[in-house]
Amino acid sequence: MKLSQLEPGQSGIIKEFTDLAMSVKLMEMGCLPGEPIHVERVAPFGDPMAITVSGYQLSLRKLEASTIILR
Amino acid sequence: MRCDRKIALVGNPNSGKSTLFNILTGLNQKIGNFPGVTVDKKVGHCTLLDDSRIRVIDLPGTYSLYPKSKDERIVMETLIDKKNTTHPDVIIFVADASNLRRNLLLYTQVADLKIPVIIALNMMDLASKSGIEIAIDALSNKLGVQVIPISARNSEGIDQLKQAIQYTSEIPVQVDTIQVSELAPGLVERIAEEMHINGPYIALQLVHQYDRLSFLSTTDRSRIGAIAQAFSFHSQKVQAAEIIARYNFINDVLFDTLKLKEGAKRETVSNRIDAILTHKVFGFVIFFAVLFLVFQSIFSWSAFPMDLIKELFIWLGNVGHQLLPVGVLTNLLIDGVLAGLSGVLVFVPQIAILFVFISILEDTGYMSRVTFMMDKIMRKVGLNGKSVVPLIGGFACAVPSIMSTRNIENWKDRMITIMVTPLVSCSARLPVYTLLISLAVPNQRVLGFINMQGLVLMAMYVLSMVSALLVAWLMKQMVRSRERGYFIMELPVYRMPRWNNVLLTMYQKVKAFVFEAGKVIVAVSIVLWVLASYGPADSQERAERVYESSTYTEKYTPQEIERLKASAKLEYSYAGILGRAIEPVIKPLGFDWKIGIALITSFAAREVFVGTMAVIYSVDADEANTESVQQKMRSAKNPDTGLPVFTTAVAFSLMIFYAFAMQCMSTLAVVYRETKSWRWPAIQFGYMTVMAYFASLFVYFCLNRIG
Repeated sequence: MKLSQLEPGQSGIIKEFTDLAMSVKLMEMGCLPGEPIHVERVAPFGDPMAITVSGYQLSLRKLEASTIILR
Repeated sequence: MRCDRKIALVGNPNSGKSTLFNILTGLNQKIGNFPGVTVDKKVGHCTLLDDSRIRVIDLPGTYSLYPKSKDERIVMETLIDKKNTTHPDVIIFVADASNLRRNLLLYTQVADLKIPVIIALNMMDLASKSGIEIAIDALSNKLGVQVIPISARNSEGIDQLKQAIQYTSEIPVQVDTIQVSELAPGLVERIAEEMHINGPYIALQLVHQYDRLSFLSTTDRSRIGAIAQAFSFHSQKVQAAEIIARYNFINDVLFDTLKLKEGAKRETVSNRIDAILTHKVFGFVIFFAVLFLVFQSIFSWSAFPMDLIKELFIWLGNVGHQLLPVGVLTNLLIDGVLAGLSGVLVFVPQIAILFVFISILEDTGYMSRVTFMMDKIMRKVGLNGKSVVPLIGGFACAVPSIMSTRNIENWKDRMITIMVTPLVSCSARLPVYTLLISLAVPNQRVLGFINMQGLVLMAMYVLSMVSALLVAWLMKQMVRSRERGYFIMELPVYRMPRWNNVLLTMYQKVKAFVFEAGKVIVAVSIVLWVLASYGPADSQERAERVYESSTYTEKYTPQEIERLKASAKLEYSYAGILGRAIEPVIKPLGFDWKIGIALITSFAAREVFVGTMAVIYSVDADEANTESVQQKMRSAKNPDTGLPVFTTAVAFSLMIFYAFAMQCMSTLAVVYRETKSWRWPAIQFGYMTVMAYFASLFVYFCLNRIG
């Protein structure tokens, strides 16, 4: 399951990434394998999304979220 | 005397670095540029408790030493290059205590560069409110550095921090965080040996970033490149491994130093606010309401102080004419310098109000929500959620906004943002609009509370935004690029604005305007006065003499003749000749040669328009300096037809021209600096001028048809 497929209010745990370059940026921001993620909301036009990870809120585009595979 | 020690503030964005910088340095700060690049370099001085002085440098906020943007690259270049003039003796690492784990990632990277470091643990109040407990002594022991809890917002812990700087040793004492050489075995040692570096992490950083580091020579670059290739070094894989290793270290450190109380959740308040502020309907309603409030305030709150300033200068002009001896110097001083000065100072209230609002919106965290809401629409027109801030900043001034596009990592998004930002109605257009609106739109209220003039002003702003988006969309179709953009962005928790910061920002912007733009405006005013007062050889005198012949003295009163003379004098001055030269081109837009003069001088800066009008019409008016520019323009008559010059059609045509035309030398210079080529400013100048001409032509034609 990809992070981009979660609805607001749903949670998951990061398993791995499908894009190496993107994964470096995501991990720098605290999105590490094994880290729980909670989808807070989606922007009015359906993209980007806001998630809570490692104690703070992060916004990322659906395309970027689709590189995160959940457990 | 020994040199001041250099202290650099390093930390994540939103960690309170700038607030701490402001507390440490107060008004003793200077904003300059890093050499070679146009990244703001904030440097200030601070006196410690033992009266020794330190130099404080505020480096741009970043999440890691691997840069995503130009701003972030500065951090790495400053810290890695020991010969850099801003290379610090001590680093103060500012960490957000309420978000410690992610903040420590950058700390571990910085610590491994082996520069003495102190941790300023900021936002302790927020952390404890949200149930986070940090064992500070244990944390300090584990990392081997001083950890000072502070609250920059409330100025708490600042003396302790200053003491820590005093007592800090000149050699780094922090513990190693990760085994750097294990990330690229053999390679790190090889580079360290080859480049004479002691410190494995600096060596590793060189291998990662050698082709982007400006301080390396070409031979050094190719040497490092060759070695990296020999070891088949894969930068991204090693970066990923490094980040995981660093988080393992951080988890070990925080395992028994950071405790989270059960049930505590600080996000809830922010979440509830977000549910409304980024709502499908309310989100946009609130966003437009905020914009509406901002522009209504700029218009109504500034009216009184602006009137005061205007009155003051009219009074000064009158007193000056009475007290000073009649002559060229007095005229230059009053009609040139003083007119120019009043043209600068009169905008101070508006600029101050606008920047108070912009910094409040940024400080509270609302601006990043606007970015979040707008990203998708912005992407449709070829921009990026991050373009919203430069575009909104464009309401103040295109120059800093174009500089702020450096946060946009994607080249194409950034270029398009730069190209359309000058279309957004900047504060320099505001006086032009204010003046023309007051001529063309009655000061009436609709529905009892909506000011008509304010409404037209808002329409001009909306028009500027719409045209910027439209042009962006067109450019999206034309510019090709395969680079991908990131939009991974922190949404900071909502906070009360820091009023000190708001006021300081306002002060800095007003100061920059008065001194930077002011210089140009006063200089142009003086040049203009000369151009308008003198002409080639004695053509002016000849023109005057025509009116002394009996054909005129019999037909007109002496006063009328004086006016005709003055007008003829202007017509045969250098300015008049220039205006006349372009009159055939601008006549279809409804402009006469006097407006032509203003258009020419406005290419220096738009706000010069008002000053120009003041000079031109004070030459023309019956009694010099007794009326404000507005009154002078309203009473201006076409000498041939006797009809008013500034009809509604002319006023609107002019406003549209100013809305689209590229009339700002500073912006063109900044675009050149940012894009490193004359191609982009040339394209920008061309497309905007053509657009302005045809839009004005259209508006003038339509309005003349209607009435």
